[in-house]
Order: sequence, then structure tokens, then C-alpha cells
Amino acid sequence: MLEPINVSLASLNIATLAPMLIAIVGALSILCIDMLKEGLHKSLYVMVSLLFLLLDLGVVIDFGNTFLKNGPVLGMFDMILMDGLAIMGQIIIVAGSMLFIPLALTSKRFHEYNYPEYFALFLFMIAGFQFMVATDNLIMIFVGLETASLALYALIALHNRSKSFEAAVKYFTMGALAAGFFAFGSMILYAITGAIEINQIASVLAADRYADIGYVLVAVSFLLAAFGFKLSMVPFHTWTPDVYEGSTAALAGYMSIVPKIAGFIVAMRLFEFLVHSGVVWLQVILYVAVVVTMTASNIWAMVQTDVKRMLAYSSISHAGFVMAAILIGTTQSNTALFLYWALFGFTNLGAFTMLWVSRQKNLLPGQSSDHAFEKFSGLIKTMPMAAIMMGLFMLSLAGIPPFGLFWGKIYVIASAVSGGYTVLALIMALNSALAAYYYLKLIVYMFMKEPIVGYEKHYLTNASLSLKTIVGIAAIGTIFAVVAVNPLLNVITLFVYNSGY
Amino acid sequence: MQEHILSILIFFPALAAMLGFIVHKDSARAYGITVAAVEFFLSLWLWYLYDPMTSGMQFMESAPLVAAFGINYIVGIDGISLFIIILATFFTMIGIASLTETRRVKDLIVTLLFLEMTMVGVFAALDAVVFYVFWELSLIPMLYIIGAWGGPLRIYASVKFFLYTFTGSLVMLVGMLFMAYFYHQATGQWSFSLLEWYRLILPLNFQLWLFAAFFVGFAIKVPMFPFHTWLPYAHGQAPTIGSVILAAILLKMGTYAFVRFSLPLFPDASVFFMFPIATLAIIMIVYTAMVAYAQEDVKQVVAYSSVSHMGVIVLGTFALNVEGISGSIFLMIAHGVVSGALFLLVGVIYDRRHTKLMSEFGGLASVMPRYATLFGIMMMASVGLPLTINFVGEFLSLLGFYKQSHGFALVAGTAIIVGAIYMLTAYKKMFFGTVTKEENKHLKDVNKTELLALVPLAVITIWLGVYPKPILEPISNSVESIVQLMHDKAQTPEAQKRIPNLGNPEVKNLQQEAH
Repeated sequence: MLEPINVSLASLNIATLAPMLIAIVGALSILCIDMLKEGLHKSLYVMVSLLFLLLDLGVVIDFGNTFLKNGPVLGMFDMILMDGLAIMGQIIIVAGSMLFIPLALTSKRFHEYNYPEYFALFLFMIAGFQFMVATDNLIMIFVGLETASLALYALIALHNRSKSFEAAVKYFTMGALAAGFFAFGSMILYAITGAIEINQIASVLAADRYADIGYVLVAVSFLLAAFGFKLSMVPFHTWTPDVYEGSTAALAGYMSIVPKIAGFIVAMRLFEFLVHSGVVWLQVILYVAVVVTMTASNIWAMVQTDVKRMLAYSSISHAGFVMAAILIGTTQSNTALFLYWALFGFTNLGAFTMLWVSRQKNLLPGQSSDHAFEKFSGLIKTMPMAAIMMGLFMLSLAGIPPFGLFWGKIYVIASAVSGGYTVLALIMALNSALAAYYYLKLIVYMFMKEPIVGYEKHYLTNASLSLKTIVGIAAIGTIFAVVAVNPLLNVITLFVYNSGY
Repeated sequence: MQEHILSILIFFPALAAMLGFIVHKDSARAYGITVAAVEFFLSLWLWYLYDPMTSGMQFMESAPLVAAFGINYIVGIDGISLFIIILATFFTMIGIASLTETRRVKDLIVTLLFLEMTMVGVFAALDAVVFYVFWELSLIPMLYIIGAWGGPLRIYASVKFFLYTFTGSLVMLVGMLFMAYFYHQATGQWSFSLLEWYRLILPLNFQLWLFAAFFVGFAIKVPMFPFHTWLPYAHGQAPTIGSVILAAILLKMGTYAFVRFSLPLFPDASVFFMFPIATLAIIMIVYTAMVAYAQEDVKQVVAYSSVSHMGVIVLGTFALNVEGISGSIFLMIAHGVVSGALFLLVGVIYDRRHTKLMSEFGGLASVMPRYATLFGIMMMASVGLPLTINFVGEFLSLLGFYKQSHGFALVAGTAIIVGAIYMLTAYKKMFFGTVTKEENKHLKDVNKTELLALVPLAVITIWLGVYPKPILEPISNSVESIVQLMHDKAQTPEAQKRIPNLGNPEVKNLQQEAH
């Protein structure tokens, strides 16, 4: 006879589910609204999503306060873990989503925004990412990851162009492979430790002094490959540029920020104890992966002829840069990761929104792709404000002070310096110089070349008030980052340190 | 207001530049001149308020930027930076006043005003990160000036300029982060404040590596041989205003940074690298002088001669004594005045003929007598004729190095004299002989606007050549404190020997008695 399960409701701590549930309820209510009345304007759905995300953000911030007072909160049979990483990850995920969702309010009509399902999927995806970061249970991570990814594939495909189908299928195939790798890796870890919580796996492995090191290495290889796909590290990055090219600029920008931070948090939970356990092999592999990802993608980015593909490679390079923080594995470097990603979020939001603003429905004669470099020729003469904005975001991405990303960059490099990774620090610095070349290429086109006659009519046609507002927010965040860095640094350090990373 | 004068000096041009976007394009030039003139008079007022007897920092301001990481907005000046700041505001003013560019003047003026902010900021910053911010930021306006108003190869030249300097300064940034980390190790606090770094005494092998990291950043900026290859392109393609600012001010950032960072932070390493760097400096003087001789384009002659003289500045700096360093700082100002003026003069003839090839000219002295006179004065100053401004600086720099090594000073002195050859030849080709080209027969002599820019420069050239004291005295007061600091920090016997002790003689006697 099985013992009857006896669980008190209080010990479940259902409140820990609140952030994700809000997103899910939001998605369901959008579906209900559509059921009751069809053909509503997209602005309604955008605003409903925004409201639910705002609620979500509020609850997460409230958890943040509780965390600072009482430490991490566990719930649902210890499946949900609300520690500092989870809270900060969710803040970045939800706040990032809130900044990206208004990009649906374009002045041109795009197919996908007419479907309320688009917004429902968007909210489901956010819930998935939230599950993924707010747990250290490998199964929960898997479930969150897959929920989010499946929603994302559909979002890409909804753009309804042949390129976007290609992108969605490509992403799906690669994602499925990654999911397989992840499952294999987790399975092996479960087989040798009998646990699925990362902290228990760590303590069991430590207790028998990594006796099964061979199996651990196989498991880690699978997991590394899985995260390689998700975080688009070289050599698992091949899908990224195609997928970015096939999706809208708005969604591509979103993909460069939000899914990655979720991936980083899981990678941090997983690799942190492994790096510190003295598994030299892992350190070497991570080191190589970081350096190759940064450098190779920078070199590929140089030869791109399309700005969006260039930005795709650039975001791979930035991901490599941030992976270095996980390799270094000190409190300072983990703090630097969050700082970097928050600042990167603003700048990349701006850059992709500027692309989105300039999107026209059909290619102009002589234009090879949606956002070819030529399109931006002489922009300073036809649309000075747009050129200055885009130039600003490019300079920030290149790490020119005092713009946003510079502060993240020096903090990451400083953490490499104090973590004892001198050569890595130098490689990271020199990679910024490589990267400067392709960001400069766009600036050269915008500021130093002559405009192509006839293109200026098409440039800002997709702009609407809400898109301009988003660009404004991104610009303010990028220019005045220096004011925000100190408070951000203090808060992030507190969260990271108290979570034990 | 006086205690905030440096912040006003730094941010006034930037604020004016923002408002400049609103000014109508026909009035942009007048607006630019007004702003630059106000800025220049502010900097003169700074000189008036400056106490020349004090050797330390004055007008210090401090405000936390990223307190958790030890980054503060700290600015302050001493005799070393004061005159370079005045030079920067002065050149921006006369640069805008003598502007002959007609394409998109408003954008150019706004860019120049932003550039002015970064230039003043670099020389006033006393926090490494703030210094770095202005240092990097100064690249962008220059990139735009060269890339948008330059010659046919302008894009190549501007990108090359940017990437070279940017790469160098990233290595420097890593050096700075290491410096902050060592400070953190020693005190438990993060700090990027230069004055606090001065108190840190590092072991020699750390000093050597850090010196090398900073050196890469500074040497590319100077630019020292063999990192100088970006400069001829930048000068060749830049519009007149770009070359003037580049030669007069931007290059000085590198040599200034040697004095501000490398010497006091790493005294032992400075002594260790003294002769290698002196060798590079002499190669730079001789080699670029030879290259200058082979040029056919008068602007390239001026560009290479400017690099050649930067070599003397570096040599003087690495004499590591008061004469040498004071001389090199004086020479920075002198070089700014003279090479800035020479680029302006080249611009004058380029505006008239749209060519810079010397073979196109000849006999200009009879057609443009005033132009020839002004060019003559500046050329003489450039070759270091006594009683001109360059002579004082070159003489002191060499004197300083003579105290360290007779041989090196002798070679360098000879090289400078040889340098006169290419200048005189260039002058001969352009101004003497008969007028061979029909177009040259009716060229207009310098007009009032151009005189407005050139005559003050000529006056300064001669005035400071005859009577350098008002500038030299505050400079050497501040240099003395740097040299003393270096001596006190020096650990290796070699460094203690090479860097003179300027300590109060009475204190010295007491110390000897104690021993």
C-alpha cells in the first residue's frame, strides 16, 4: 500500500508561482477576449499584455524585497526556487518584454499582429522563461525551456514570409536537437547522483569526490552542447544569423536579449559549481569556447552586407563576452554579467528598433536585403535625428565611453583581471577593437557616404509614436547609463552575493 | 563659480554644441566663433586665477560617478595641463574663425564644439576612467571631421585613424583596470583616482608590464615610430581644420599622458625603458625627417615634420629631470602653435589652388609677400631658430637628456639640425625662383580673416621665444613636484640615480647626519 500523500497547503507556498501564473492568466485572458469579440485592434492586445507584464514585474520586485529580508524562497515541492538570480533574471525578462511588446504598434500593417494568438504566445513564452530561471530542478528547467522555445518558433513563423518559415523550421530543428542533448546530459547526471536538483547534484558529486568523473564529463559535454545551441556559441551558432534574418527586427532584437539571459542563468547555476570543483577540462573547454565565440563571430560580422545579420553576429560575440563571466565565476564576474546584460538590453533594443522603424514592406529596386548597409547611406543628410540615434547605439555596442555598454564592458574585464584571467582580459579588450570595425562600418555609411536618391522616402515609414518612444527610452538608457551604473551595481551585487554565486 | 570653473570649461562647449543644432545654418559660424571665444576667455580667466607658485593640483572638483567601483568625476589642473587647455581653446577659436569650408558648416561647428569638450576634458581629468572617457570620445568627432569633409581617401583614413587609436587605448584600459585592481589589493578599496594611484609603489616587474600596456595606448596617439603610419593618411585626407586640431592638440594627449601617467606611476619602469624609448624617439626624428624630405605634397612635409618634432618631445619627457620634462611640455605648446599655424598656412594656399603639390608652386614670394613672410616665420620656428618658441622647448629637452646621456643628446641635436634641410628645401621650392605656372601669377595674398588667425600665432611664436618665463615658470614648478614624487617612489638603484632628488637641501643634510 502506498502511503497517502499528506501535504499542507502552506508548505506548498503557492505564492511562488504567482509571477508565472500572472503571465499565463494574461495569455488565457487574451484568448478569451478574442473568443468573445473578434477583430479587435492590436493596440488592445498590446496594452493588455503590458498590463499583465506590469503586474508580473511588480510581483517579482516584491519577491526581491522578501529575498533581501529573508533569503531565498522555495515552493511547490522545492521545484520553484526564488533566489537572487531567479529574481534578477525575471526582472530582466519581464522588463525586456515590456519594452519589446510595444514594437507591435507599427504604422505599417504586419500580418502576425492581427492574430491575438501572437500576444498569447508571447505571454506563454515569458512564463516559460520565468519557469526556466526560477528553479534549479533540471526537469523544471527543461519544461520551461521547451514551453518558451515552442512559443518562440511559432512567433517567428507567424511573420508569414518564406524566409521566416525557413527560420522557424531551422530554429525548431536545432532547438529539438539541443533539447535532446539537454535531456541526455540531465539523465546521466541523474544516473550517477540520483538527484535532479542542481545543488544536490553538486553536493553528491562533491561527497564522493567526483569518483565518476568520466560520466560527469560526458554529461557536461551534452549540457555544454545544449547551451551552445541556446546561447548560440560557436560552433553551435549557425542557426542564429538565418533566424534573425528571417524574423522581424523587433523579434530578432528580443531574441538577442531575453532568451539568452534565461540561458545564462541556467548556465550559471550549472557550470558554477563545476568550474569551481576544479574540473580542469571544463575550464579549458569553456575558455576555448568563449574566446572562439567572441573572435570568430566578430570576424564573420565584418563581412556581412546586411545590418541585421551583422547585428546577429554581434550579439553572438556579446554572448561570448558574457560567457567569460561564467568562466571566471567570481561574485564580481556574475554581477558583471547582469550589469552587462541589462545595459546591452537597452542598447540592442535601440539598435533593433531603429531597424524596425526603417522596415518597408517590399524591397526597393537595387536593394539586396531588408536592411542592407546601402539603405543607410548618407542618412545624416536626409534624416539627421535617425542617423544620430543609430550612431549612438553603434558606438555603445562598440564600447565607446561614456555610453551604456562601456560600463558593462569595463566591469566584465575588471572581473577577469581580478579573477586572475590576464590573457582573457586582453583578448576581450582586443575583441572590442575588432568589433569596432563593423559598427564603424554602419557609421561610415550613415555619416560619410552620399545618400541614394529615392530611398529617403522609405526610411521612416514604419515609425509610429510608440516606436519612437521606445527608441527614446533606449537612447536615454544608453546615454545616461553612467548614472544608473552605481545603484545597479549595488543592487545586483547584493542579489548575487546573497544567492551564493 | 571659481571652484567649478573646470567643469564649466569642459561642459560649456558641449552644451553649446547641443543648442547649436537649433541655430540656423547660415548663422552657425558666428555662433561657433562666439562660443569658442567665450570658452577661450574662460580659459584665460582660469590662467588669471591660477596660482603659479603652487606646484600641486588646483581647482579640484570631485563627485562620485560609480562609487561602488571607485570611479569618481575628479578634475583639476596644474601648470602642465593649464597651458595645454588654453592652447586647445585657442586653437578651436581660431580654427572656427578661419574656417573656409562651405559644405555643411553647421555640422562641422557642432562637431568641433564637441571635440573641444573632449580635449579640455582629457587635460583636466584626474580620474583614470574619466580620462579614458574623454580620450575615447575625442576620436569620434575627429573620425567624423576626417570622414565627412576629407579628401578622396577620407573613409580609409578616418577608419584607420579610429581603429589604430582605439586598439591602443583598449590595451591601456586593461592596464588601468590592473592598476585599480592592485590598488584594491593594497588598500581594499577600488579607486581610479590618479592622485591615489600616485601613492602606490609597485614591484618592478608589475611596473614593466603596466608601463608597456599604457605605452601602447599613448605611443599610438603620439604617434611614435613604428605606430605612426595612421598619421600621414589622417593628415593627408583631413580638411585643414582637422589637421590643425589633430596636430596642435590631439597628438599632445599622448605625450601629456606620458607625463601624467607613465612617469609618476612607474618611475622604475620609466628608467628601465628610458634608452629604448629614447632610441625610438631618435629613429622617429631622423626617419620622419628623411621621409619628409622625399614628399612632394607640402601638407605631407608639414605632417612628417610634425611627427619628427613629437620625437623631441618624447625624448625630453624621458630625460626624467626637470629641464627635460619642462622643456618637453613647453615644446608641446610650441609644437601646437607652430604646426597648427603651418597647417593653417597650407590650408590658405590649398583654398586658392586646390592642390598641395609643391611642384605646382614656385616663386610665390613675389605674388604673395605677406603669406611668404608668415610662412617664413613659422618655418623658421619649426626648424628651431633661436628666439622662436620651438627653440626654447627643443633646447631644454636636449639639455635634459644631455644630463642622462651625452651621446643620445648629441645624435638628437644633429638630427634636429638636419631636419632644417627639408623645411628649407620645401620653402625654396614654393616661394623662391620664378613664377612658372600661369595660375600662380594672380593669386590673392592672405585676406583679413586669415590674418586674424595667423598674426596672433606669429606674435606668440616670437613673444614666447624671446620671453618664455610666464609659461615656463608654472610648468617647471609643477614638473618639480612630479620629479620629486618619482624620486621618492624609485626603488631600483638605477632609478634613484637617474631621477634627481630635488628635496630641500636642509632636509637632505639632516638625513645624511642621521645616517
